[in-house]
Amino acid sequence: MLTVVIIALIKVAVVLVVLLLMIAYLTWLERKLLAHFQVRLGPMRVGPHGLLQPIADGLKLLFKEDVTPSGVNKVIYTLAPILSFVPAFMVFAVIPFGDKIFLFGRSIDLVISDFNMGILYIFAVASLGVYGIVLAGWSSNNKYSLLGGLRSSAQMVSYEVSLGLSVIGVLMLSESLSLVDIVRSQDTIFNWYIFRQPLGFIIFLICAIAETNRLPFDLPEADNELVAGYYTEYSSMKFAMFYLGEYANMINASAIATTLFLGGWQGPWLPPVVWFFLKLFTFLFLFIWLRATLPRFRYDQLMRFGWGILLPLALLNIFITGIVMVW
Amino acid sequence: MFKTYFPIALLLILVLGMAFVIVLLSRFLGRRIPSKDKLSTYECGIEPTGDARGRFPVKFFLIAILFIIFDIEIVFLYPWAVVFKKLKVFGLIEMGIFLFILLIGYFYIVKKGALRWE
Repeated sequence: MLTVVIIALIKVAVVLVVLLLMIAYLTWLERKLLAHFQVRLGPMRVGPHGLLQPIADGLKLLFKEDVTPSGVNKVIYTLAPILSFVPAFMVFAVIPFGDKIFLFGRSIDLVISDFNMGILYIFAVASLGVYGIVLAGWSSNNKYSLLGGLRSSAQMVSYEVSLGLSVIGVLMLSESLSLVDIVRSQDTIFNWYIFRQPLGFIIFLICAIAETNRLPFDLPEADNELVAGYYTEYSSMKFAMFYLGEYANMINASAIATTLFLGGWQGPWLPPVVWFFLKLFTFLFLFIWLRATLPRFRYDQLMRFGWGILLPLALLNIFITGIVMVW
Repeated sequence: MFKTYFPIALLLILVLGMAFVIVLLSRFLGRRIPSKDKLSTYECGIEPTGDARGRFPVKFFLIAILFIIFDIEIVFLYPWAVVFKKLKVFGLIEMGIFLFILLIGYFYIVKKGALRWE
């Protein structure tokens, strides 16, 4: 009992610290990569190659004035950033980031909780993030915020349908909802679900990008028509919390894609944890690369693509998987 | 049981605590000099006209309702997917009938133009 508590405390603390550091340096990585895509240098002043920039940004935001505009609904306005921040960090609880390790004569799973309904938990928690965005948009009493919040909710809800369907092929093959089991079932590279479920993987990736409100699906924020969408009225750390949540969601999406389709921590030669982070950063790089490359969708295109193409394709994928498995 | 849920509960408590501390910190650390213009709604520097509590397209409600229908369908598919290898052809036909009924609904929605945004 006591050992379980202590192990859980250590694991949770380590994961939280690593996650926060990753988010901080993801902002640095994004600025740096975008700069180099556009033949600029990016942040260079604070620390060598701007390595201390994220810390400087965080401190600056902490000491900024926390403006609460007069027209807002104060309670919801304050709660909204918390509501979008918390679920983003909760998702990581069931993602296995390494094999069992032996420390002080006791085997420790490198996952916060080996939950036997891991995927359902992820979908349940991740979809709570919508509340933060909708409530932020509504409570700000600003037209840009309201439009951003509405767009965002409709978009996330639409793509969540296809996201849920795209995973089912993997579940049929792995026969388990636990992420630890799913990783274990991908023991060789040919068993990685990216090769056995290529269509499912593509649908999952597109939906995951749409769920995280990243370009080319960043209509909720659409800077040049909605200023900043649902967080137009936010300032100081409340603004930063939406940002942290968004980047945490990016990391979550990459981690889930890694676990479900790229074999999680499985890989030869290198230690499992290293493999996990290598795969994770491949996806994060892809996110940033897409942002630098693709223009934004139009809203009707976005909706037609989600409901008209991805949804039937995801259903088709389930059927093909089923027929092949019965064969 | 305890080993599964305790770490998740612990994470929830820590993250919630962190969120509230961050909000409170910025409240105390940042100086606050409010003025009438600063506290007015942002509308690209123009005097704000009316507030945002107006009407907005009903389409958004429609999407939300459609989402609930399809999301319930997905929840039914999850347990089916896990035991699919044991159900074999029976499971495939059974789920085929279920999805066929839903697909009729889907085509009805498309024909009605509920998903058109022009």
